[in-house]
Amino acid sequence: MLETLINIFHLIFSESFILTVVTASTPLLLASSGELMVERSGVLNLGVEGMMIVGAACGFAGAWLSGSILVGALSGIIAGAALSGMFGILTLGLAVNQVATGLALTIFGVGLSGLIGAKFVGEKIAPAAHLHLPMLTDLPGVGRILFGEDPFVYVSVALIIGIWLFLYRSRPGLVLRAVGDNHASAHALGYPVLRIRMLAVLFGGACAGLAGAYLPLAYTPFFIPGMTSGRGWIALALVVFASWRPGRLVIGAYLFGAVSILGLALQPLQLGIPQQVMNMLPYLATVVVLVLISRARGTAGSAAPASLGLVFVPDR
Amino acid sequence: MQLVLERRAERSTVVAIASPLIAIALTLVTIGILFAIIGKSPIEALRVYFVEPLTDPYPFFLQQEIAVKATPLVMIAVGLSLCYIANIWNIGAEGQFLVGAVCGSWLAVKTNGTDVGHWVLPVMLILGALGGAIYGLIPALCRVYFGASEILTSLMLVYVANLGLDYMVRGPWRDPHGLNFPTTAAFDPAASIGTLFEGPGRLHAGSIIALVVVMLGAVMLGRTLMGFQIRLVGAAPRAARFSGFDTNKLVLFTFAVSGALAGLAGIVEVAGPIGHLDPGVASGYGFTAIIVAFLGRLNPIGILFAGLFLALTFIGGEGAQIALKVPLDLTKVFQGILLFYVLACDSLIAYRVRLLRTARKVAPANA
Repeated sequence: MLETLINIFHLIFSESFILTVVTASTPLLLASSGELMVERSGVLNLGVEGMMIVGAACGFAGAWLSGSILVGALSGIIAGAALSGMFGILTLGLAVNQVATGLALTIFGVGLSGLIGAKFVGEKIAPAAHLHLPMLTDLPGVGRILFGEDPFVYVSVALIIGIWLFLYRSRPGLVLRAVGDNHASAHALGYPVLRIRMLAVLFGGACAGLAGAYLPLAYTPFFIPGMTSGRGWIALALVVFASWRPGRLVIGAYLFGAVSILGLALQPLQLGIPQQVMNMLPYLATVVVLVLISRARGTAGSAAPASLGLVFVPDR
Repeated sequence: MQLVLERRAERSTVVAIASPLIAIALTLVTIGILFAIIGKSPIEALRVYFVEPLTDPYPFFLQQEIAVKATPLVMIAVGLSLCYIANIWNIGAEGQFLVGAVCGSWLAVKTNGTDVGHWVLPVMLILGALGGAIYGLIPALCRVYFGASEILTSLMLVYVANLGLDYMVRGPWRDPHGLNFPTTAAFDPAASIGTLFEGPGRLHAGSIIALVVVMLGAVMLGRTLMGFQIRLVGAAPRAARFSGFDTNKLVLFTFAVSGALAGLAGIVEVAGPIGHLDPGVASGYGFTAIIVAFLGRLNPIGILFAGLFLALTFIGGEGAQIALKVPLDLTKVFQGILLFYVLACDSLIAYRVRLLRTARKVAPANA
């Protein structure tokens, strides 16, 4: 028993485990960062999973056809933004229910990704190269973790810092939060509520597309249908977990990244727990965390946007 | 020039009836254009998709297949419509479907080869419905007692159910004579739903259960106090609160009912057309049923027709895969497009789209 615990402890603090946690967390952080902006503007886009999986298919297609990871990433971003544009036209332009449209986007995206990706199943690409700085990357212990990641990891960190600066330290960010908290007042003050929300939705789609593209470009160097396996939904839960605050989002993304690979990492220890049960961990953890967070709401300083998910039709 | 939405004084009845039909027409046009783009004849494609399955000659194999596919879709969608009308979002029907399938199969696996009598199948159906209801109550309880979003929790439980099913058929319930395939042994006749007609057709008694569900759903929604509460909470939540209706009770009720129906659909599917439990039971009916519910305008009778239409696209899609060499995923894309159009057309019931010719002008002070 004690020996097993020591083994688990060693494993969790090993360099290789932490490196895998970073790779598992990055798509979650990218997707949930985008959704955080969308929800802060008052829109609930449940289509993250659909945008991610299409981003994965287009990202792989772009990289495979061009031989460039950058082109792949851009393809994923454009695909995600295009899908979110459809969502925006329906929910903002035609005032359709956001929950139903988000579900439609996911159903559509899962089908579309299968269609796009069918030609590429079984193909392989060279995954994104990791950073290598002479001296720094070779530092013992922290070198590879801090200075030897793939470029997406640094992008994801820069993105969430940028979002924090935008939301809390800039005037447009203040307007975006105002639109999310009370669209009627923002409209009365003369802010173009629907246009601001559309931009936020497109940004969220681009982030989800990039998060999806990360999977075949850096996580595994190939495309499998359904490879996002619920990460888009976990990203949505993360925004709730973070109480709509960027700082907590980073903590949440890394916690969930760790939980999601724990099952795989513990496999060699032969704990006698069925693999399927270990694979349930990230989903069960999401349910438990949602329950705990929702229960603590109010005391935990939640920044839930007051107009979240509500339809807004400007009167003239 | 600018397009704007204008709220209608009254919901348009004409559009309400026509909107699903307009959505279907728009989807067909879109499909035709897509086929033209990939270099196939749109007319031929639409014929393979929508006419061929309906004109299959005696013994009407394909028509029966449509009914077989529509059965779980309709059963699940009727349950979901109760939730969606009341603005309660159960999107985990796929998980409740699988748990129902597993719970019902438990008895079939335990009594396999024992010939204990005809009570097995009815008890399996009850166990399936019960399992689905209990699984559906988990997100409902999480919402009622802790305020957790039922959207996310119900969806997360789909993945859990999927893995649970996978464990059961690879572990404890694996057929010892199954050549190591992840499947249970084939169910006994006493644990199976028989086909209705002689011949190759697979139409089974489960379809009759689906019809009963549609009728009960219609009566419940239109003629009972519970149905009235569901509609009131959806249409006017504030009014419902003032009149003292308990929304929490409604969340529990709609989740339990939709879970039970999804679970029943799951065990009917396993005991009927499939005949054993394997990971392939998870075929996405729980998600397609969401489209069925909306296409049927959240009305049980409408859902019956919507379920048959979606089933037609499945069967037509299988035909198109063989005849036109198009991937099966195309069907899912069409279903997604259809849902988009349905939602967009639904918006026209409450709003009118106006084209503004000139840019907005400042109104004169005395206006």
